[in-house]
Amino acid sequence: MTTAWEPSERERARRRLRRRARLRAGVIAAVSTVAVAVAVGVGITHTSGWPRVRQRFFSWSEIAAAWPAARTGMVVNLELFVVCGAAAGALGLLVALARTLTGPVFLPVRLLAAAYTDLFRGLPVILVLYLVGFGVPALRLRGLPTDPLVLGGAALVLTYAAYVAEVFRAGIESVHPSQVAAARSLGLTHAQTMRRVVLPQAVRRVTPPLLNDAISLQKDSSLVSVLGVVDAVRAAQIATSAHFNYSPYVLAGLMFLAITVPLTRVTDHLAARSARRRGAAGITAGSVR
Amino acid sequence: MTTAGDAAAVLSVRGLVKFYGDALVLRDVTFDVGPGQAVVLVGGSGSGKSTLLRCLNLLEPVDDGEILLAGEEITDPRVNADRIRRRIGVVFQAYNLFPHLTVLQNVTLAPVLVHRVPRAAARDRARELLTRIGLADKVDVYPDRLSGGQQQRLAIVRALATGPSLLLLDEITSALDPELVGEVLDLVGELKRDGLPMVLATHEMAFARDIADEVLVLDGGAIIERGAPRRVLDDPREERTRRFLARLRQPGPPQRAAGPPPRR
Ligand SMILES: Nc1ncnc2c1ncn2[C@@H]1O[C@H](COP(=O)(O)OP(=O)(O)O)[C@@H](O)[C@H]1O
Ligand SMILES: [Mg+2]
Repeated sequence: MTTAWEPSERERARRRLRRRARLRAGVIAAVSTVAVAVAVGVGITHTSGWPRVRQRFFSWSEIAAAWPAARTGMVVNLELFVVCGAAAGALGLLVALARTLTGPVFLPVRLLAAAYTDLFRGLPVILVLYLVGFGVPALRLRGLPTDPLVLGGAALVLTYAAYVAEVFRAGIESVHPSQVAAARSLGLTHAQTMRRVVLPQAVRRVTPPLLNDAISLQKDSSLVSVLGVVDAVRAAQIATSAHFNYSPYVLAGLMFLAITVPLTRVTDHLAARSARRRGAAGITAGSVR
Repeated sequence: MTTAGDAAAVLSVRGLVKFYGDALVLRDVTFDVGPGQAVVLVGGSGSGKSTLLRCLNLLEPVDDGEILLAGEEITDPRVNADRIRRRIGVVFQAYNLFPHLTVLQNVTLAPVLVHRVPRAAARDRARELLTRIGLADKVDVYPDRLSGGQQQRLAIVRALATGPSLLLLDEITSALDPELVGEVLDLVGELKRDGLPMVLATHEMAFARDIADEVLVLDGGAIIERGAPRRVLDDPREERTRRFLARLRQPGPPQRAAGPPPRR
């Protein structure tokens, strides 16, 4: 439904004033940004050490030479990120669900799940990597993998599934008990209530913190290099030691940023959206969240 | 203690006792709900109305006494509580709608999942019920887009969609603006005329007078007075009932109460 409405003279004047203020703010922001950038750039490039810094850290030829190996290494990081992320998400969800089970039969399951999260949340990732990566092959058991990439991935999954389980558990606990009461009153079983009522609401709420863990995982994927896997960081290290030039590290760093920065933006966006939603729901009197 | 209630009763409650820790919140509660009957619970805040309704639906375990649904003792520990709850519809004070599901999905969830009704049939039935309460054009919106009165009517329809043989309603208009109370109570009145047995807690005395076959006055977890609505509400015999009704009629601080001051 559209009604013909002409803004009053007063409103038109207000809009003109706002437009002018916005324009002025834009000009000031642009001028000050350029001024600071120029000052910083000139300041850095005119210091006595700059030519050496540029040669050691930003050598174009070194970066170009390291590119093929670093790119191959980055594929390893991305593979670890995707596969371990999916596995840690699934395992973490299972562990979180195991902790919601009620009844005496499930006591050992609950205890086991709690012990698992306590243990792997409390250990440094690198320690888990050493234990799994070097410890498992030392057992010399047939059927167990010995590939350092697989073992490193397994160590990352063990650690990150514990983080993810805690995030899911917080989400499950944040769903109000009245939602469970309503579902059970309708005759849904515990499992049906979890799957159809509690989890969908919980997952929505924990998506931002889960993405934070995903970003950490992407960065920590480079730790598998301690097991001898050649990822982007290890490839850069190899290239660096060949010519005592650190430009390959800068290249590897930029490659990680190219992935983590967009992920961070997505996370911020989702967090802001869910905060807005929660705020809006708070105003609607009596609405059940 | 009697072992079997009135054979014809939809619901029989015999000597029900409930503790929360050391606090006795229901003392020896006994009543029947016959076919098509409405039993209304009245009583002050904390008198045990919600607890009684939660016990009837097995959301709380009882500490003594028994509850029979259509002659079957449902307080037997071997009974599958999920199976019993399927036969009882519940509407809560705060609606408790599912915010992540649309209006239609809120209604079809239990029929499809619990009662194995084919999805298309469940949808048709849900549309029919939603049309009846004037929400036909809202099937695809989320509950937070509805007014309070619409939300509560949706909650009632959600409880009805599984075809329950008993309806439990817990102060379902307490969270509503006064102007929205009527539309919700009208719907409950219709259900009563359709012959659906119900137990309801309410502070709406005019409505209770209208709909109730029996009124139970609860105080401190015990039934202190019971009977036909006009008898109990217009001519209470118990001093505590009289005081409670006077408080309801007299909004605001009790010391400003007009009329013959209740003896303290
Ligand atoms: N989950 C609970 N744990 C402990 N005490 C409770 C719980 N729920 C209710 N109570 C207590 O039981 C009594 C009856 O409460 P309730 O049934 O909610 O009363 P009503 O619905 O009539 O206001 C109150 O004293 C209340 O404080
Ligand atoms: Mg109550």
